[in-house]
Amino acid sequence: MREEVIVRVGAKVLAPFIITFALYVHFHGDYSPGGGFQAGVILGAAFALLALVYGLDEVQRVLPPWFVQACAAMGVVIYAGVGVATMLLGHNYLGYNALAPDPSHAEHGQHYGILLVELGVLVTVFGVMVSVFYLFAGRGRKAQ
Amino acid sequence: MLLTLLAATGLGLLRIRNLFAVVMLAGVYSLLSAGLFTVMDAVDVAFTEAAVGAGISTVLFLGAMALCGHHESRPGHTPLLPLFVVCLTGIALVYGTMDMPPFGGADNPVHHHVADHYIEESYHEIGIPNVVTSVLASYRGYDTMGETTVVFAAAVGVMILLIGARTRRERPGGEGGDG
Repeated sequence: MREEVIVRVGAKVLAPFIITFALYVHFHGDYSPGGGFQAGVILGAAFALLALVYGLDEVQRVLPPWFVQACAAMGVVIYAGVGVATMLLGHNYLGYNALAPDPSHAEHGQHYGILLVELGVLVTVFGVMVSVFYLFAGRGRKAQ
Repeated sequence: MLLTLLAATGLGLLRIRNLFAVVMLAGVYSLLSAGLFTVMDAVDVAFTEAAVGAGISTVLFLGAMALCGHHESRPGHTPLLPLFVVCLTGIALVYGTMDMPPFGGADNPVHHHVADHYIEESYHEIGIPNVVTSVLASYRGYDTMGETTVVFAAAVGVMILLIGARTRRERPGGEGGDG
């Protein structure tokens, strides 16, 4: 698809909006449908679109395979790390009330906790989606 | 209306042997199910279905199709035995639904175990308007952590399968033969 001008320009224009939308879906997940999982899929789809139009090598210069594979593991670490952090602060594992800056409004900690664990979900899902896409897209080429 | 379209797409999926059309129809099927979920007020599910079913998996199917060709070969056996098994399973499932409470009934147990508490108290306890998010990430935080780990583990499995196959092909007769 390297010669199709409309597709190339269209993908280039759309990609930043898709990435912004993914972040919106994540950070607005408290108030509207969506959350880390959906945001991760949308973020992965943005890079899959770029890879389809501009070729795998161009995208892998920005997001090398080792990086997305590390992302897939880091997300789980973030999620579990939030649990460990709340334990160190003296609450239950994943007891988000520990994260509140002002102990008189403990439910504010729930906001931070949910955003952080959803960030973990986002990073894992993004890493997994892009890694699997790299594997599928890169496979036929390497075999020839 | 949406269900009719879903059924028509499903039948089309079965009849067509051109895999490119099948992949596109599968995307259409996902999009229609997302519409159905929206009609049933399950917006979060619809969102996921549209993003995963119609988005990413279509791209992955296209990637897989580039490896295995565009045409599905005809099956070598008659469809009678599978049809019989499917009918039997369907009858068993319908028989199983006889004992279920009426569809959509307000007194059904599913609406009265913990759902009342979530709907009435979650705004005070969690401070978040979207009940789905507070159930998913706070009340059921352990489950979601398990899900994240499962997603990660599935990806590791795919990586081991595909990367392992690649290195084996690049080194024919190498020591990593059966690994």
